[in-house]
Amino acid sequence: MSGGSYYVPDQSRFPIFMALSLFLLVMGASSTINNLDDPASNSVYILYFGFACLFLTMFFWFRQVIKEHLAGLDSNQLKQSYVYGMAWFIFSEVMFFAAFFGALFYVRALAVPWLAGEGSKGAAITAIELWPAFESSWPVMTTPDQGNEFDLAKKSMAWPGWSKALQWLPMWNTIVLLSSSWTVHLAHLGLKKGNRRKFNVYLGITVFLALIFVGLQALEYYEAYAHYGLKLNSGIYGSTFFMLTGFHGFHVMMGGFMLAIMLARSVFAGHFEQHDHFGFEAASWYWHFVDVVWLMLFIFVYIL
Amino acid sequence: MSAVIENHHDEHDHGPAKGITRWLYTTNHKDIGTLYLWFSFAMFLIGGAMAMVIRAELFQPGMQIVEPEFYNQMITLHGLIMIFGGVMPAFVGLANWLVPMMIGAPDMALPRMNNLSFWILPFAFFILLSSLFMEGGAPNFGWTFYAPLSTTYAPPSVTFFIFSVHIMGASSIMGAINVVVTIMNMRAPGVTLMKMPLFVWSWLITAYLLIAVMPVLAGAVTMMLMDIHFGTSFFNAAGGGDPVLFQHIFWFFGHPEVYIMILPAFGIVSHIIETFSRKQLFGYSSMVWAMLSIAILSFVVWAHHMFTVGLPLAAEIFFMWATMLIAVPTGVKVFNWVATMFRGSLTFETPMLFAVAFVVLFTIGGLSGLMLAIVPADFQYHDTYFVVAHFHYVLVPGAIFSIMAAVYYWIPKWSGNMYDERLGKLHFWLSFVGVNVTFFPQHFIGLAGMPRRYPDYALIFADWNMVSSVGAFLFGFSQLLFLFIVIKTVMGGKKATDQVWEGAKGLEWTVASPAPYHTFSTPPKID
Repeated sequence: MSGGSYYVPDQSRFPIFMALSLFLLVMGASSTINNLDDPASNSVYILYFGFACLFLTMFFWFRQVIKEHLAGLDSNQLKQSYVYGMAWFIFSEVMFFAAFFGALFYVRALAVPWLAGEGSKGAAITAIELWPAFESSWPVMTTPDQGNEFDLAKKSMAWPGWSKALQWLPMWNTIVLLSSSWTVHLAHLGLKKGNRRKFNVYLGITVFLALIFVGLQALEYYEAYAHYGLKLNSGIYGSTFFMLTGFHGFHVMMGGFMLAIMLARSVFAGHFEQHDHFGFEAASWYWHFVDVVWLMLFIFVYIL
Repeated sequence: MSAVIENHHDEHDHGPAKGITRWLYTTNHKDIGTLYLWFSFAMFLIGGAMAMVIRAELFQPGMQIVEPEFYNQMITLHGLIMIFGGVMPAFVGLANWLVPMMIGAPDMALPRMNNLSFWILPFAFFILLSSLFMEGGAPNFGWTFYAPLSTTYAPPSVTFFIFSVHIMGASSIMGAINVVVTIMNMRAPGVTLMKMPLFVWSWLITAYLLIAVMPVLAGAVTMMLMDIHFGTSFFNAAGGGDPVLFQHIFWFFGHPEVYIMILPAFGIVSHIIETFSRKQLFGYSSMVWAMLSIAILSFVVWAHHMFTVGLPLAAEIFFMWATMLIAVPTGVKVFNWVATMFRGSLTFETPMLFAVAFVVLFTIGGLSGLMLAIVPADFQYHDTYFVVAHFHYVLVPGAIFSIMAAVYYWIPKWSGNMYDERLGKLHFWLSFVGVNVTFFPQHFIGLAGMPRRYPDYALIFADWNMVSSVGAFLFGFSQLLFLFIVIKTVMGGKKATDQVWEGAKGLEWTVASPAPYHTFSTPPKID
């Protein structure tokens, strides 16, 4: 809470353009999804256009913020606003994942056992004899209606046992992502010591590891669909598996993209000083957050 | 660096830009507050018009005016518009106007993001309202959009509804982050946490709740989207999911959401009662702790909305007691407001009338909530008009009266003009009578067993429904008087002094009326 003047930017066109881009984006997305069966539909171009507008607006908006920063308009107090803002944004992301983890815990601990007739609630459900053949297990490879409306999977993504641990993709994904959290930390240490070369090299390695992770994840999805028959519509196990890992993968892409931008800023524009590099720090916090989410996924989606 | 930026910086202390771009491109917290307030007023009138359709249909038993399908769309949109378009943006508008002035900050912490938070809203509500004209009609599953009504049996426009909720949520989260960061980082030296005005405290807690639960709502609508279009089975028991899971996720968002709509009201009413009692507020720190307790408890009471859905007994008992616990901090607040008025030098200008009505009528809503918290009793009350009466008592003479009180209380500071006291009092009495005539009879028909969300009802409910509709028309049309009073005040009137009210305390009353475009560019001194 220092005294002095806080930089209040003058009028800006960016916010309303961004709101307009979001409008185009969601209108395009809604119409595209509603017209998935209609090959003649052109709605997807609205979606692309909205996305392009959003991307461009964000590019110019961030460029403006960086320019203002380099012009020395940011007081320490303003930097503190960015720090708090990013922290609360990450908290909101935590709560987004909490909704999906909550759904996972609920179906595993309550819904699936009840559907199979466990406990007094389960007894009430099976009394109506809708799905008498269903048995509770996790990962649940069948559905209460025995795959009537769903494509049942042959194999799950669960822990294959120690003997096959090294052929198991999620193990490699864990190793890759944990290492990337370590390398981004090394990059940060390098920057704090004023060692630009170390910063660039380790940040480069981190971005590379992010790409590897996304590649492995794509490979895993390919295996799931092509060889295991595990799909989004394979019942509740497929639903929770793909939604949790999918949103995580999407966040890895966003985090990796942020880090790549920071790398480009450092390599091509020489941005970031020893004691002044919040742009990078925010991206690295985000990266650590994505890493922690993966650990939760590894434990609760894959292992247990 | 760039000359453009430096020029901008030099112009910084000037007044507002001319023309429409002032509003489109603004970064000024007062402009954005005004935008939010007018937007919410527009939504209040649109949602109110829908309420008029509902009450006109219910004026007599039998189908009178609209088709049942359209009636369902009206109740759904009425709820969504009043909550997300009426009450929430009104409080955000008040936060924008008042929080920086109350803590001695030059503006909100992140002014451009502030503008973005606002401008998403008109687009989001344009999408929501445009669904009325889509094939299959607007969302018709009630504002709580329970699966499978909102998934398996939903009209195609549900996809647009889902994405509009997504961007509304993004707007709320950004707005809330802005408020939290402003309060944490922008207080003038000397404004310590326990010296903050209660409205600021109430918004700090509200913003925390918003950041915690709006993402959960985003998760809920995302699962709906996937269930509808991409074959997942989160809410489909045939695939191993559970429709009740939707209710759990929704109410984990929904219950804190209820407090998001009432905590800022607590802050407003504390200020107004203090001013017009010409005394110091009784029990400031207990007010803060009460709000914190309510906020924390709000995360562990969600299943009291679901007592009849078939929860395990242990869960029903836990959620019953946790809910009743909330009566304790709420009781502390009501006690403190009454104790503040006790032996005060009371005067009853319009804001005070609304604030006192708030205390009385909100308490009625709170007590009916306590009745609903009792599991065995709730089995009778659930989904009846008793519930409708309960939440309208806490939202209309609760949240909305506090917003009106705030407008009357602070509009002299915003516009520089006093409102017309005679018309203000008239507006109050019409609203007060209207709201009670509308909602009090709904307790009776609810206890007698009339279910909510139906366009028709049994003949035994006819008399009280007619009374309720008459009250609703009175309340609804009285709000046009409010619109007139606000416009009249903005256009002109008796000039307001800087302090405006004899007993008013706080930094916002130390600046000129109307408040200059930029206030506290350098932080004020507080001891």
